[in-house]
Amino acid sequence: MLLEMHNICKDYPQGREVVKILKNVELTIEEGDYLAIMGPSGSGKTTLMNMIGCLDVPTSGTYRLNGEDISKASENHLADIRNSTLGFVFQSFYLLPKLTARENVALPLLYAGVKKRERLRRAEKALEMVGLGERMNFMPNQLSGGQQQRVAIARAMINHPKLLLADEPTGALDSASGQQVMDLFDQLNAGGATIVLITHEPKVGARAKRLRRILDGMLLPEEGGGTDGQA
Amino acid sequence: MFENISLAFQGIWGHKMRSFLTMLGIIIGIASIITIVSTIKGTNDQIKESLIGAGTNAVTVQLSQNNSTYDLSWRDPPEGVSPISEETYQQLTELDNVRAVSLFCYRQVDSYDSAVCCGNIAYSGQLYGVDQNFFAANGFRLTRGRDFLEDDFSKFRKVAILDTGASSVLFGSASAVGGILEIKGEPYTIVGVVERTASSDFVIESIRDYEMYADQSGGKIFIPLADWPIAYRFDEPQGVVLKAASTDDMTRIGQQAEDLLTASQISQQASQMGFAYKSDDLMDQAAQIQKMSNATNNQLLWIAGISLLVGGIGVMNIMLVTVTERTREIGLKKAIGARKRRILWQFLTEAAALTSIGGVLGVAAGVGLSRFISSAMGTPTAVSYPAIAVAVLFSMLIGVVFGMIPAIKAAKLNPIDALRRE
Repeated sequence: MLLEMHNICKDYPQGREVVKILKNVELTIEEGDYLAIMGPSGSGKTTLMNMIGCLDVPTSGTYRLNGEDISKASENHLADIRNSTLGFVFQSFYLLPKLTARENVALPLLYAGVKKRERLRRAEKALEMVGLGERMNFMPNQLSGGQQQRVAIARAMINHPKLLLADEPTGALDSASGQQVMDLFDQLNAGGATIVLITHEPKVGARAKRLRRILDGMLLPEEGGGTDGQA
Repeated sequence: MFENISLAFQGIWGHKMRSFLTMLGIIIGIASIITIVSTIKGTNDQIKESLIGAGTNAVTVQLSQNNSTYDLSWRDPPEGVSPISEETYQQLTELDNVRAVSLFCYRQVDSYDSAVCCGNIAYSGQLYGVDQNFFAANGFRLTRGRDFLEDDFSKFRKVAILDTGASSVLFGSASAVGGILEIKGEPYTIVGVVERTASSDFVIESIRDYEMYADQSGGKIFIPLADWPIAYRFDEPQGVVLKAASTDDMTRIGQQAEDLLTASQISQQASQMGFAYKSDDLMDQAAQIQKMSNATNNQLLWIAGISLLVGGIGVMNIMLVTVTERTREIGLKKAIGARKRRILWQFLTEAAALTSIGGVLGVAAGVGLSRFISSAMGTPTAVSYPAIAVAVLFSMLIGVVFGMIPAIKAAKLNPIDALRRE
């Protein structure tokens, strides 16, 4: 099992009250899975995403990622896990505006301690994989939204992560570019990548192999009667 | 590390105007420090040169009692102090780096005791009995007539040489050579006029300086040392002038001569009464004057330091703005695996690079400014290379110190909050 969440709760203090953002979440993901988590805004899906992405720690419950108990990891160790095990794709790309596409893609390797020449070589390969081999030295503002998101996906994939996390990856794109990005996800999944995708668009969610809905902090059971982990 | 530095320069270059304005405080601070230090060094060099060196490098060693010169003008020679023997003189010439040794006797004469007269004028000034080395050792140059000759000494000729001061007091613009002086009733023929080659402008700042230099106004009259006993006593302890090979030898030579003369000339009895030979340590005097000018300049350095402090605060302010502006960048970097320390270093490096560039520009401005000051105002300046190194390192340190708070703030940012901020 790549990921196991058991009885995860997350509370945020808000003034005097405590708001329960996540309530007793149970989730398992196997290698090669392609899961979409759908929910309206405010349902807690971004918090769940942060939790899966080791950007946030649960108030209670256990989380095992790649066989390791995350709930007790130190901040530095969490940073290392994010670097080596996870890849992130965000709604608004988050490319650094003063770096070229190739340098942006190479950035995670810097924190992994890879030598510069090797970093750039691997970044070129990753950009070729997402079909942007011709635009290595373009600055982000010289690229269209869809191209920028593909650069971001190349950056997420450069460390060969165990799990690719995408938060509303098509949210800022027109439908044609969104289509291209979704095709790319399909292609990556077909190549063996495990993907968790968060969205509120049913059309996007429908393309995943599995679909879970989240509502008011509760992760609903899998649709189509399949129980968790048996999809 | 190298990545951080190149990133830092990209960041600085990306905001040229802002970076320059931020550096300005550091530039001004460092430039004024470099200028002040250069001025201090230039002034010190000048003090040392004009007071001590100026080619003469002469150390005067005289009899003293309880650390003040024992002036025979007002007192009789003390018991138990013998005149300098041929043997002691020989030993003095053999000290390391001594170029010349000269013996002299000295009186301060006043018009009311009429010891020295010229026509109707009773002379008031200084009277020296000197040997043949005296003018060379003290840096006097003959301007008229002739120097003392071998025969003047061996045949006890009654001849005298005036310095330009005495010449103008006694003879005005007329030539003194050929004139007659009466010293203790005996006539002396004036054979020459000398002038000091190394004229230093003495600044009178204390009573001691006044005593030292003020009575030079009457000028000096020189007679052969051989004639001294005719005018005064034959067994007077002489003073000694030693000409050192270089300025740096002066203090050591002075001390060695003191020790030698005190040991050989002064009886135990006399030394118990506080008699000793003392050198007028001009190095020491120079150091004291330098200290005074340094004290003023140190205050200026503090003021320049304040401008560095203000510059540092400016850097901190801009770095805080930069951190806020780049919240998303920081959030992203943390999300893709940058550790806290990595972010900390990135911003510290940027602050240090900013202030270091400021420091280098400040040094350049300071060197330029000191050059300008020395050419425009004639004040000497000397660029101090250690000061430049310290200034650049110090400006880097300012970056680290004042960049610390913004860098810690950046490192502590929570990636979720940082990414959420649009």
